[in-house]
Amino acid sequence: MKKTIRIPMPVRYLINFALLAVLLLTGNFLVNIVDRYYAKVLMLIGINIILAVSLNIATGYLGQLPLGHAGFMSVGAYTCSIFVIRASFLTNYIGEAATFWLGLLLAGIVSALFGVIIGIPALRLRGDYLAIITLGFGEIIRVILLNIDSLLGFEFTYGASGLKNIPKNTTFLNVFVLVALTCALVHTMMKSRHGRAVLSIRENEIAAEACGIKTTYYKTLAFSVSAFFAGIAGGLYAGYLGILNPNTFGFMKSIEILVMVVLGGMGSMLGSVISATVLTVLPEALRGFSDYRMVTYSLLLIIVMIFKPTGLMGAYDFSLSRLLEKGINVMGGKKPVKKGDGAK
Amino acid sequence: MKMRSFFKMAAAAVLSVSMLAGCSAPSESNNNSSDGTIKVGIMAPLTGDNAQYGIACRNGAKLYLDQYNEKGGVNGKKIEIVEYDEKGDATEAVNAFNLMVKDGVTAIVGDVTTTPTIAVAIEAADVNMPMITPSATAAEVTSYGNHMFRSCFIDPFQGSKMASYSYEKLGAKTAAIIYDTGNDYSKGLTEAFTSTAKELGLEVVATEGYAKADVDFKSQLTNIAAKNPDVLFCPDYYERIALIAQQAKDAGLNATFVGGDGWDGVLDVVSDTALVEGAYFCSGYSTDDTTPAVQQFLKDYQAAYNEMPNMFAAQAYDAAKILAAALEQAESKGLAVGSDEYKSAIIEAMDATDMDCVTGHITFDENNNPVKDAVIIKITDGKYTFDSKF
Repeated sequence: MKKTIRIPMPVRYLINFALLAVLLLTGNFLVNIVDRYYAKVLMLIGINIILAVSLNIATGYLGQLPLGHAGFMSVGAYTCSIFVIRASFLTNYIGEAATFWLGLLLAGIVSALFGVIIGIPALRLRGDYLAIITLGFGEIIRVILLNIDSLLGFEFTYGASGLKNIPKNTTFLNVFVLVALTCALVHTMMKSRHGRAVLSIRENEIAAEACGIKTTYYKTLAFSVSAFFAGIAGGLYAGYLGILNPNTFGFMKSIEILVMVVLGGMGSMLGSVISATVLTVLPEALRGFSDYRMVTYSLLLIIVMIFKPTGLMGAYDFSLSRLLEKGINVMGGKKPVKKGDGAK
Repeated sequence: MKMRSFFKMAAAAVLSVSMLAGCSAPSESNNNSSDGTIKVGIMAPLTGDNAQYGIACRNGAKLYLDQYNEKGGVNGKKIEIVEYDEKGDATEAVNAFNLMVKDGVTAIVGDVTTTPTIAVAIEAADVNMPMITPSATAAEVTSYGNHMFRSCFIDPFQGSKMASYSYEKLGAKTAAIIYDTGNDYSKGLTEAFTSTAKELGLEVVATEGYAKADVDFKSQLTNIAAKNPDVLFCPDYYERIALIAQQAKDAGLNATFVGGDGWDGVLDVVSDTALVEGAYFCSGYSTDDTTPAVQQFLKDYQAAYNEMPNMFAAQAYDAAKILAAALEQAESKGLAVGSDEYKSAIIEAMDATDMDCVTGHITFDENNNPVKDAVIIKITDGKYTFDSKF
C-alpha cells in the first residue's frame, strides 16, 4: 500500500500565512473602492466574528454556558475609549494608530482580569447555575458603568448620557488583522497542551481531574482568554461607533453573541465565523421586508435549529491543508488521509 | 423520510425567497436621484422598545412629505421617501444611515432617540448630510457639526422651564425629584431643574433615583412624602409615571406633579386618571391649541392615520416642513440634486429658518436648536388641557 502524501507542518503555516496576506491585500483594496455602507458592514462582521470566536472558547471548547459575554465586551469598550481619550497626549509621540492599538491591548488585558475575577467564583458551578451567575455579573458590570460616576464623583463613563467623542480609529485594516490574529491564536491554543486540557474538561470533568489536570486553573484560563478577545472586540466596537452607552451591553447583547455560536455549531471555529457573518448580513439583507424583518430573522434561526440542531457546522472545523492534501492525494490516485489524521 | 425531504424543500424555498426579496428591494431604489425626484430619508425605530415614538415620528414626517408631493413637490420634482427601521439600536442606525447614503439620499428626517441619533450625527458629519431630528433632546446631539438640526426642545430647556414655572406660576417653595439614574433624558432634565431651582430659590428637599427596570418606588416615595414638598418633579416616560403616580398616592404624597414632554401619553396607561389629576407638564404642542395650523394638522393626521397625533408626530411634521422649505431654497439655486453644494445649500437654508409651524414659530439658534415657546399642559378631568404658553 502506497504512503499518502502529507504536508509538513512549516509548509502548512506558510500556506495559511500566504492566504491571509492575499485576503488582507484584496480586502484592503476592495474596501477602498466599495462604498462606505459595505465597508462599515464588513467591519461589523469582523467585530462580531471576534466576539463569536471568543465566546466559542468558553461555550464550545470548555463546554460551559456563560451569559455575560456582553459584560466583558463593555469592559473592553470602555477601557479602550477612556484610554484613547485620556491618553490623547500619547498621539504626539507614537501616533494615533499606535495609541489605539495600545488601547486595544489594554482593553483585552483589563477584560481578561475581569474574566479571572468573575471566573474563579463562577466556575465552581456548572450548567444552569453558571449561566445565571455570569448573567448576574454581566448585569453588575452594566449597572456599575451606569452609576460609577455619580457614586465616586468622577467623569469617566458619563453614565447614562453615554461616553461621547470617542475617536473613530477602527479601520478595515485593524479589524482584519485582529480577526486573523484572534482565529490564529485561539486555534493554536486549542491544539496545544493547554487546549487539550480544556477540551478534556468539556468531555468529562471528573475523568480529567483524575488524570491530574488542574481543572480550576484551566477553566479560569479558558474563561479569561475568552474575556480577553471579547475586550478587544469591545475596543474595536467603540472605535467603530464613536459613542458608548452601557445599555447597549445588556443581556440581549450576550444572547445575540451566544446565538451566533450556537447557530454556527459549538466548538467549531469555522461555524462561529460563518454564523457571525450570516447573522450580521441577514438583518441588513432583509431591510426590504421592513416590518417583517425581525420575524423573518427569527424564523430562519428556528428553521436552522430544527433541521440542524448541532448548528450549521456541527463540530467540524476547516483545515485548508487537509483539503489540499486530499486534493493532492486524489490527483495522485491515492487514498485520502483519514479524517482526523490530518488535523492542522 | 418523504415528509422530511418535503420539509427540507420547504425550508430551502423559504430561504431562497427571503434572500431574493432581500436583494430586490434595495436595488429598485438604487438609481441616483437625478430622474426628477429628490430622495429624503426617514430613519426611526419602527420595531423594538421605542417603536411607539418611532412610528409617530415616521407618520408625522410622511404626512407632510405626502401632502407636499400632492401640491406638486419641489420645483416639479417629487420627494421620494426612503424609510429604514433601526430598532432603537446605534449600530443598526449607523448601518441604516450608510445605506441611505448609498441609496443617494439628499437629506434625512431622524433619528428619534438620543444614542442612535448621536452615533448617526457623527457619521453624517463625514459626508455633511443635512439632518433634522424630531425628538432627540440631549444637548450634544447638534454639537457634531452644522449639518444636524432638531425640531424639539433640549433637555436642559425643559428642566429649567418647569423649575421656573413651578416657582413663578404654581407658587411652589419646595420641590422633590424622582428620576431614572440610567436614563439620559431623565438625568438631563433633573440636572437642569436642580440648577434653575437653586438660582430661583426654590428649595429641592429630596432627590431620589431609581434604576431603569424598577417597578417599585415605595421607599423613595416614602422618603419624599416625609419631606412634604409642594411639587414633585418626575422627568420620565409615561409608562413609569403611571406606576409612580399610583405608588405616590399609596405613600400619602399630595404634591403637584410636574414633568417633561415624556408625560405625553400618560392618560392611556394610568389605571385611574384621578391619580395624575392636576399635573403639569411641558410639551411641544397641545391638541387644544386653537391656532389654525394646529387644527388643520389634527384634521389631516386623523384623516390619514385615524388617531390623534402626539407631540412626536407634530414635531416630525414640523421637521419635514423645515426640511422641505430648505429643499426649495437649494433647488432655486439650480444646483445638481445630491451634490455637496446642494447639501450645503440645504444646511444654509435650514440655518435661516424663520416660519410658523405646528409646534410654534421656529427659528434656530447658533447651536441649531429651535427657539420657540413651551406649551404647558395641565391634566384636568382626565384630559390634557392647554394651560398656557410659557
